[in-house]
Amino acid sequence: MTNEQIAQDLVAKFGEDKIYGIMENYGLLNVTTSVDTIVPLLHYLYQHPTFKFQFLTDLAGIHFPDAVGQELGVIYHLHSLENNVRLIIKLYVPIESPKVPTITGLYATANWMEREAFDFYGLIFEGHPNLIRILNVEDMDYHPMRKEYPMEDATRQDKIDALFGR
Amino acid sequence: MSDVALVSNPNVGIDKSEENKKYVNELTTLNLGPTHPATHGIFQNILTMDGETIIDSEQTVGYIHRAFEKIAERRPFYQITTLTDRMNYCSSPINNMGWHMTVEKLLGIDVPKRAQYMRVIMMELARIADHIICNSVLAVDTGAMTGFLYVMQWREHIYEIYEELCGARLTTNMGRFGGMERDFSAEAIRKIKHFLSEFPKGLREFESLVKRNRIFMDRTTGVGAISSERALNYGFTGPNLRATGVDYDVRVMNPYSSYEDFEFEIPVGTTGDTYDRFLVRGEEMWQSLRIIQQAMDNLPEGPYHADAPHYYLPPKQEVYNNMEALIYHFKIVMGEIDAPVGEVYHSVEGGNGELGFYLVSDGGRTPYRLKFRRPCFIYYQAFPEMIKGSTLSDAIITMSSMNVIAGELDT
Repeated sequence: MTNEQIAQDLVAKFGEDKIYGIMENYGLLNVTTSVDTIVPLLHYLYQHPTFKFQFLTDLAGIHFPDAVGQELGVIYHLHSLENNVRLIIKLYVPIESPKVPTITGLYATANWMEREAFDFYGLIFEGHPNLIRILNVEDMDYHPMRKEYPMEDATRQDKIDALFGR
Repeated sequence: MSDVALVSNPNVGIDKSEENKKYVNELTTLNLGPTHPATHGIFQNILTMDGETIIDSEQTVGYIHRAFEKIAERRPFYQITTLTDRMNYCSSPINNMGWHMTVEKLLGIDVPKRAQYMRVIMMELARIADHIICNSVLAVDTGAMTGFLYVMQWREHIYEIYEELCGARLTTNMGRFGGMERDFSAEAIRKIKHFLSEFPKGLREFESLVKRNRIFMDRTTGVGAISSERALNYGFTGPNLRATGVDYDVRVMNPYSSYEDFEFEIPVGTTGDTYDRFLVRGEEMWQSLRIIQQAMDNLPEGPYHADAPHYYLPPKQEVYNNMEALIYHFKIVMGEIDAPVGEVYHSVEGGNGELGFYLVSDGGRTPYRLKFRRPCFIYYQAFPEMIKGSTLSDAIITMSSMNVIAGELDT
């Protein structure tokens, strides 16, 4: 079971328009999919007789402000413990309506991971049982990991205060 | 504090519905935490209780959230090492080296064998320190203070070895990209050998106090159990997963830093209860000792860091006499060296499980995105399920045996 076989199988099953962006990063297969495919795709991988991607290692949000229409991303890290193969699945949604179906029905562990992605990136996981902030305070009105909220710039010139400047 | 929590969590509270009529007593809401001596960290548990039995619970986390992932997007790579220290502060060398290996993977640096073995020794010492704390504090929570006091001195010995190698004790900032910052001194080797010869006695003494202690076994057996299916579904890794009977260990599945050279076993439990978690951690300490012994016996000669002048700080005496060294020193310290474009995921077996680093680099001096996979954060969400129907005192030791570290959970 190689990365190529997995990629070919997924493309054969879901079609080239749904599974694209296939590449290998340091031996790790990456595929990109669309919002409406992610739940069937994860179920398919879970129930596949040989692949058995039944462990959700991690779920990360990401923000690319320059990619118009695909600003926010979700990155699923799957692991097939039986075959010891890892797989990364990405999907991108527009920032105006960052709606992604939840996968808490398949993985109980996705609950807090999706809450974290909502908290920091504002991704709305539709169908999530309890989509509230998890690490930040509840009355925060923005999503701090988005790129439009920069940390203080280390090279800024305007702070010349002798005590608090750099 | 309790008023605030109850107002902001409308779902939790006293439920007077028809279904709850079956409970004997009137239901009470108990606010355990955020600061409570028995939770070893800042966690809030809002428990709905029927007498002494927990009916339902809700967890609030994030009290020590420090925005590490956001800060990391502004820091040069080497400055992120100090952030990783502060995640699982019981075993910070593992975090440091996991991060270093992630960046080395991105940069394509080959670490010499001696540095890899040194890393293995320090990581296994850190694992022992982590498990010492978890197991002895679990004993304290069940009422056995003595074992904790006896075994804590061995953590002190481990911290002295850290001091020999990096000067720090808790937040170690140990190692560099490409290897270690200095070789083992004669004193460090003496201390490690002393630890290897003396610690088994201390550990055996601790185990003789606790392991087959009738009171301890009665308190922990069958408490806070979870099945292997649920544990996998909840993303458990590390000792907590192995206690349920799944032999998943990153050191064996995806060996890093020459772990494939060593012979050791993965202890597994059967029922996934508190006692199994205790036993798995206890046995892992013996296996760690085996690994350290093998690494010390076969410690290769040679350089203790890679030849990577763009990323590895030159020795200080050269900085003052050698122009190239001065340039590299300046560029590294100021974070002027760009990393290549790429995405890399690397995971190590931390004290609590698979500690992963997902790094997206856009070719700049800082990561574009850095996601820490913190095992604590992921498995703590199973806590309500594990304590449902148990008593309050059982919930305390369940939490203690899961080794939930607030720093790692909240980043």
